[in-house]
Amino acid sequence: MDLDQALQTFISESRELLEDMESALLAIEQTSEKDELINAIFRAAHTIKGSAGLFSLNHVVAFTHVVESVLDQVRDGSLTIDEPLVALLLSCRDHISALVAAVAAGQTEADTELTRKGEPLVTQLRAHLEAPATASPATEAALPGPAVAPAAGEYGCSATTDAWHLSLRFGADVLRNGMDPLSFVRYLGTLGRITGIETVTDSLPAADAMNPESCFLGFEIALRTDADKATIESVFEFVRDDCRLHILPPHSRVAEYIKLIEQHGEPQRLGEMLVHCGTLTASELAAALSAQKFAPLQPLGTLLVEQGSVRAEVVEAALVKQKQVKELGAQENRSIRVDADKLDQLINLVGELIIAGANVNLIARRAQIGELQESTSKLSMLVEEVRDSALQLRMVKIGATFGRFQRVVHDVSRELGKDIVLVIAGEDTELDKTVVEKIGDPLMHLVRNAMDHGFEPAELRTARGKPAQGTLRLNACHDSGSIVITVQDDGGGLPRERILAKAIERGLVEAGQHLSDSEVFALIFEPGFSTAEKVTNLSGRGVGLDVVKRNITALRGTVELSSEPGVGTKVTVRLPLTLAIIDGFLVGVGKSVFAIPLDMIEECVAYSAEPGHDYTNLRGEVLPFIRLRSLFSIEGSPARGENIVVLKHAEQKAGLVVDTLLGEFQTVIKPLGTMFNQVKCISGSTILGSGDVALILDVPALVRQAIHHVPAKRSEPVPA
Amino acid sequence: MGSRSKKKNEPEALRIDGELTIFRAAELQPLLFADPAPTRIDLSGVTEFDTAGLQLLMVAHQTAHAAQRSLQLLAPSAAVCEVLELLNVTDFFGDALMPRASGALTARP
Repeated sequence: MDLDQALQTFISESRELLEDMESALLAIEQTSEKDELINAIFRAAHTIKGSAGLFSLNHVVAFTHVVESVLDQVRDGSLTIDEPLVALLLSCRDHISALVAAVAAGQTEADTELTRKGEPLVTQLRAHLEAPATASPATEAALPGPAVAPAAGEYGCSATTDAWHLSLRFGADVLRNGMDPLSFVRYLGTLGRITGIETVTDSLPAADAMNPESCFLGFEIALRTDADKATIESVFEFVRDDCRLHILPPHSRVAEYIKLIEQHGEPQRLGEMLVHCGTLTASELAAALSAQKFAPLQPLGTLLVEQGSVRAEVVEAALVKQKQVKELGAQENRSIRVDADKLDQLINLVGELIIAGANVNLIARRAQIGELQESTSKLSMLVEEVRDSALQLRMVKIGATFGRFQRVVHDVSRELGKDIVLVIAGEDTELDKTVVEKIGDPLMHLVRNAMDHGFEPAELRTARGKPAQGTLRLNACHDSGSIVITVQDDGGGLPRERILAKAIERGLVEAGQHLSDSEVFALIFEPGFSTAEKVTNLSGRGVGLDVVKRNITALRGTVELSSEPGVGTKVTVRLPLTLAIIDGFLVGVGKSVFAIPLDMIEECVAYSAEPGHDYTNLRGEVLPFIRLRSLFSIEGSPARGENIVVLKHAEQKAGLVVDTLLGEFQTVIKPLGTMFNQVKCISGSTILGSGDVALILDVPALVRQAIHHVPAKRSEPVPA
Repeated sequence: MGSRSKKKNEPEALRIDGELTIFRAAELQPLLFADPAPTRIDLSGVTEFDTAGLQLLMVAHQTAHAAQRSLQLLAPSAAVCEVLELLNVTDFFGDALMPRASGALTARP
């Protein structure tokens, strides 16, 4: 048993549960079918509490327990879930998440600061608990006095105790299954006060017959608590199959205790134990034992039914739960958790394999042995498939990242007092794990920014004939080797004039300069640019959008913005699908070889140009082009039969004039050193089969350059 | 670590350090139930103690009691005491439990 590993599982499972809990909480306001969601929320809290108990994370248990109690009342309908309660539960979820994070960081004991943060939440939760609690049967039962009317005859008398009585016998395998009966006893202590406990040692074997990993103990426990039977029973949920549990409510009829005693077949001893626990008084026991002689033996089933109607529900709930656990287990079997580092290593190795494979191919071609070429080409095909499936392993759906924003939108719209709903599409779009991890923050900025600046106040919206509720759309899709993520609002649009005025004021553009809409809108991604009239909590400090742009550029992505006054604003982020290996196309200029991501190539055509201009007529369209030779100042004169490679990015086309087309090549992207950070139009390097280095062209930058510099002067040479 | 430190004049003192839990139950069982059985078990170094540990001590105690041998549990650590109190089993061991104060016995030269 590896406890560390188990703890890791607990942490990752808790995180998943917390995510489920969050999405359920967010969804609950919008649906009339609340029952299932409430159950999901309850289950999440409950499972985390249970598992935390197993690891003796008492502070987690203590907090989660209060949450669970409130949820329990929501579940049985004595508390209605409304917006403030959802907000409170969301905060509680965050707190549990913080607690789990602390555990993940190695902090298994309560942390004073975190506890302090949790206190106001607990107070608020308690307030919810106390209000309806006066009517709950649990408290009634706990009240001393004639809550349960004494039935006629000594046998039907109620015990005077106001504590629950729990009779526990653990199965032999409990310890082997990783459960410690002690932790259950400890955990019971958090539900209320254990007023008496007797450890039943009768099953302890002789030394030579003892299996040290089997459990032989049982407990008789008197517990004073306000919790109901289901709650107490749920404590033992994890050992339900592995222990015999009898719970008698306070003031149970003495007959019930007698049945309990009978069941264990050790009347005298157990009776004494009950007395020791304080569950029965000595006289109650004496009376009961004498009456017992006349009592007929009852089958277990009747006994269970007589223990109260709660039991039936609980049994049913347990069955449902078991089924769910089984289904979940089946799902888990279909997927395994793999360390991300291992995947990275695999990808690196595949990268090396591809480079080595290219080398072998080259040699095979030179050797001109037909058989060898045949096998190498088969080999390359397999390598290609291995590459694709290896990369596929790293692909994750963007849905989880998008899902986080439901919460953000929920919170921020409350904070701003705006009514905004988030609509998500394309959450099944897959992209590389590293990209997903890094795109979260920039998207967060964009979403917050859109909510803060994008949406006009409700009155203005109605005046403009739009629905009062604003809609924010997050969308993801694939487009020619990139993933496109859009953040779209139906707000007021960007104030073009104000942006321009501000830009002129900041000296970013000169007054009188004519700029297109997209150029003006691009200005808001400049450092220190903010047009918000008031600085709010969220945005307006002029930091953010430039960081967004920087982060996205660092991922070899681009960001652009379109906006229409009164209709809305749309931010489009384009990112490469993967950061590791791509299908490339090799082109040659003089002696240099360059690689172009194949996905971004539209077609290749023979060179032609409008005389004296850097553009050509492509089937009636103007196609601006860049001469790679002059862009990189490559010596030598243009070869005969130059070609134009037509590149496409973000719906714009540009041509690239090259000497020769060398064909497809699997390109393992190697980053350039920091020395080359400033080099434009180059996004990385790769190693060819011959061992030579080829530079990978940065297509988005080239397309931009081609578009912007037509018919302007030739761009300055860039050192390569 | 469970080690049998045989000091002179003080035979069969078994000192258990670290965990006395399910993780080491199988390892510690032969030490506790050895023949000849230890007459003294030093629990001052026990850092973790669970049901499995408790059972081992209980069986050892019962066995000794049945054979009318003496078995002393010396200076139980805080971890042990906490469990004994939680489960209300201090009485089970009765006189066999030697609190820390009488640990002077072990200090005998």
